[in-house]
Amino acid sequence: MNLPLIVFFVFALLAVAGAVMVILAREPIHSALALVLVMISLAILYLLLGAEFIAAVQIIVYAGAIMVLFVFVIMLLNMGVEERTNFSKLAYVGVVGGFALLFEIAHWLFHSAAGAAVANGPAPAVAFSTVELSQLLFKSYLFPFEATSILILIAILGALVLARKEE
Amino acid sequence: MEFISQHPVLVVSIVKIAVLLFIVMTALAYLTWLERKVIAHIQSRWGPYYVGAHGLLQPLADGIKFLFKEDVTPSVSDRLVYTLAPFLALSLALTAIALIPFGPPSVTLLGQPVFVVSNIDIGLLFLFAITSMGVYGVALAGWSSNSKYPLMGGLRSSAQMISYEVSLTISVVGVLLLAGTLSFNGIIAGVHGQTGYWLHFIPKWNVFPQIVGFLCYLTAAIAETNRVPFDLPEAETELVAGFHTEYSSFKFAMFFMAEYANMITVSCLATILFLGGWLSPFPDTWKWPLFLPGIGLIALGIYCLIDTFTTMRGIARLQFAVVTLLCLGGGALCLIPAVAAVIQGVFWFTAKILAILFFYIWMRGTLPRFRYDQLMSFGWKLLLPVSLANLVATSAVVLYLLTKSPQ
Repeated sequence: MNLPLIVFFVFALLAVAGAVMVILAREPIHSALALVLVMISLAILYLLLGAEFIAAVQIIVYAGAIMVLFVFVIMLLNMGVEERTNFSKLAYVGVVGGFALLFEIAHWLFHSAAGAAVANGPAPAVAFSTVELSQLLFKSYLFPFEATSILILIAILGALVLARKEE
Repeated sequence: MEFISQHPVLVVSIVKIAVLLFIVMTALAYLTWLERKVIAHIQSRWGPYYVGAHGLLQPLADGIKFLFKEDVTPSVSDRLVYTLAPFLALSLALTAIALIPFGPPSVTLLGQPVFVVSNIDIGLLFLFAITSMGVYGVALAGWSSNSKYPLMGGLRSSAQMISYEVSLTISVVGVLLLAGTLSFNGIIAGVHGQTGYWLHFIPKWNVFPQIVGFLCYLTAAIAETNRVPFDLPEAETELVAGFHTEYSSFKFAMFFMAEYANMITVSCLATILFLGGWLSPFPDTWKWPLFLPGIGLIALGIYCLIDTFTTMRGIARLQFAVVTLLCLGGGALCLIPAVAAVIQGVFWFTAKILAILFFYIWMRGTLPRFRYDQLMSFGWKLLLPVSLANLVATSAVVLYLLTKSPQ
């Protein structure tokens, strides 16, 4: 077993365990911290794929900015322990459906030709450098990039309008 | 031996990490000594004086005291998060230093550069990634203490760090535009020729074209590390000690060390980005600056020698004799041309960091604290627009230069 594979399994497990913790933790802060763990594990998985830039941006944006705001708001509101109720019967359907989906994906990965190509295929030959990435982003895909920024701007304005006090 | 020759990267990295940790920990300890001494002299006091000659053993005494104090945990706090917070703060602060190149990559051991633990292409982004996580230590400490002053301190601190991180990042982009790379070595060596001189004596460091960016960076960095005049999170007259009020013993010491480690990191970053990193301010053709580290150490040794015989008494005299011998011996060693050439880069890097750290301490001794609303309006209404304007102006100039002469 080589080192990258060990690192992959450690952080893949951490990511899944963190994601489960987000749902199971009763303190909102613990949920938020578990989500930070998921983000960092994902960043390290990106690093394993050779996507250094994406990994760094993943940590800066998600772990360093968005989750900090989450924690900040939880602290500001001083939210208590969440209440537990007898959870809905529909959850059983969800569990069964989820496992069915998981099984289906595993089946597809291991038993179809297309899945095998993805699972056993060669690693991406070039690790994208920042220069190549920026050329893709600002030359080939300039329009979708700008459209996304406008979308985000609209979302910010929408949030402002919603959050404003009624006159 | 076989193992070493087979895994040079692993072995050299582990040795470098161990040595760097030792040096950084010692530097942190003596930074507190320097701070107390400088502040004391600004205020016409002596500062630490009794533990060792000139109080030189004071950091050691402080460390022992922190270790043996009782570690009190408030009964109602969230134990897991309460314990996690100081570890998070210190480990992140120390990890960031691993990315800093303290000397030129040309000095190698077993084919590995000696003066940097981890040299990666997007070093600056990774540094920002690590330091942006630093808020968690403070915020979680404030929240998990379950007490009103720490909570207020934690909230203030998170708000302040989030606000100033924006200006900090934007003020740096101007340098990146000029350098055209995110790697520290690239920024220092200068793709656009940072080595070289204007008017034959002003070194081509980024601080001259990017003076606005430098000032913005310095201000934002002071706020980012929660230092005076931006030390609202631990304003003792309002909040006792802010986010670490409920911490005692070594957990408190870890926050303390994290703060100083962060100071060192931002000083290193300022040195790399704006002050030419390990480059000497003198032209390469001049030979005498090579011997400056040796001459400086010997001068310090002579001062200590005089002090040993005139003012020191008893055990302090013995300690100071050792310091004198170390200075004179080290100085003599640095006069050997081969040694002088190797330590040249580290010497200039350290000198620049010390200058910035002194500026930090000087600020603390001089300025009063901002009021909270002043802090926020300063950050958002002055610092951010100025650094944005700097970014736009720099981009315009870079664009103009590029269109005038492609490549």
